[in-house]
This record gives sequence, structure tokens and C-alpha cells, in this order.
Amino acid sequence: MTLAPGMRVRVRDDWPETRGTCHIRTPHYLRGERGVVLAWLGEFPNPEDAAFARPAAETPLYHVRFDQPSLWGQGTPGDAVVAEIFGHWLEEADT
Amino acid sequence: MSLLEADSDRLLAALRGLLAEKGIASAEEIAATVSATDAATPAQGARMVAKAWTDAAFRTFMLADGTRAATSLGIPMRGLPPLGVLENTPRMHHLVVCTLCSCYPRAVLGYPPFWYKSAAYRARAVRDPRGLLAEWGTTLPAGVQLTVVDSTASYRWMVLPLRPAATAGWSEAELAGVVRPGDMIGVTVPTV
Repeated sequence: MTLAPGMRVRVRDDWPETRGTCHIRTPHYLRGERGVVLAWLGEFPNPEDAAFARPAAETPLYHVRFDQPSLWGQGTPGDAVVAEIFGHWLEEADT
Repeated sequence: MSLLEADSDRLLAALRGLLAEKGIASAEEIAATVSATDAATPAQGARMVAKAWTDAAFRTFMLADGTRAATSLGIPMRGLPPLGVLENTPRMHHLVVCTLCSCYPRAVLGYPPFWYKSAAYRARAVRDPRGLLAEWGTTLPAGVQLTVVDSTASYRWMVLPLRPAATAGWSEAELAGVVRPGDMIGVTVPTV
């Protein structure tokens, strides 16, 4: 799946930490949150495998913008958090 | 004897020997990396910022591809993560953090300062960024939006700050002299 800039996405609400040893670059505070794709940043070896010296597939990485006050229930309207999220952590948001 | 009790010089020599023997990294490659690491200081980032302030074409180049822009100024980027540049404007301020660890644009800023790696900075930068900025003495003018960039994966990010007023006619070297590491992370803004 290729995600285009402007596409509304949701970060998967998944917690691999509860299932065993892992290395995840998707911060806890963004799991399950909705955002908007800003840009495709390129393809990078999947750190979830690379961290364990396993063969790591080239994986698309996106810059995704989140509304900062919505994440925490506090803040200044219009402020944002932008994070690098790998494609397999993103799903299209319904609305 | 455990690894922690081993003599560090002998341990380092043994590790270098193994890396060479296994063809992972030669003595020359290690020396080149050490020298590139030593050359990486905030003065490199300041040089890029000052050039962007005085050369519109370089500014466009740097915003489009920070890695190639740094390389064009002789900053070693080979083997390092790509560099992204975040443009501050009169309407938008950027703040860089790595909430997961301490990812920092080392090629252009050198080693991260202690506070950048602290749990307090990493948590508050995303949760209460304006409160954090206030403690640095940075108050954004009304109408300026704040974007916090969490450096979570494969890129490294630096901020291209706004050129301070009252620097008209300054040379690139003079301009580079006012750019501090915090200005390129976004906790502060350049002043004269």
C-alpha cells in the first residue's frame, strides 16, 4: 500500500510488547491515533527485524502529522506533532 | 574475569582486531569515522543556516535535501541517516525531540546535550511543548503555530531558524556566530 500526502490515516492500536521481545519505533502515545500523511520519506530496512540482526525488508516510511491538543486533551489549537511512522503501522482512516 | 572488569584498552584492541579479521571494518575505516565524528560540531549546522540566510538557492536546496546540502559544504554524511531540514517561518515554529531514545542530527550538531536525552525533555516536548519553551525563555508571538517533530525512525532533523532582525549586511561568518545548537533544535531562537 502506498499512502499519498493528505491521506487520513490511523496508527494501528497494536501492542507487540505484550506478546514478547520486540523493537518498535512507533511511540506508545500515537498508537490508535488519527493523523494525516505529510510525505513519503523513503524506504528503510524494517528496524523491527534489523534490531535483532534478522533480514530486514525495505519498508516505506511516512511523515505523519497529528493534532497535538487531541493527543493529550490539552494544548494550543493548531499545534501539531509530526512523527516518522512505517507503512505497516498505518491504516486508512474511515473519516 | 567479566567483560565489565576487562582492561578497556585491551578490550578495544581485541574488538578492533576482530572487526578487521572478519572484514567488518578496517583500521582505516574506523579512523575515518572517528575523524568525521570529531569534525561534527554545532558549527557545521550554523554554517548551513548562515548560508541559507544569505543564499536563496542554497536555502531551497537545503530544504529539499539536507543530506546533499550538507555534503556540498564538505560536511561528511556518508553512512549517516538522511538529514531533513524544518523551515521556521513567521507563522510556524518547529521543535525537535526523540521520544524513543536520543536521535539527534549529529553530523551537523555533534553530540546531543544532556537535556536532549533526559526523560523530562522527551516527555514534555510532545505533551507540553509551549510550557517547555517558556522555561527556555522562548515565547512564540501570537499566531505562530508550533510543530513538534518526533524523530522516531530513520531520519534526523534540524531546524532552519528565522534570521534575526538587525542583521542586514552581516557576512555569513558573522551570521553563523549567532546560531546556537538550541536554535537548530527549536528550544531557542537566534538573537543578536
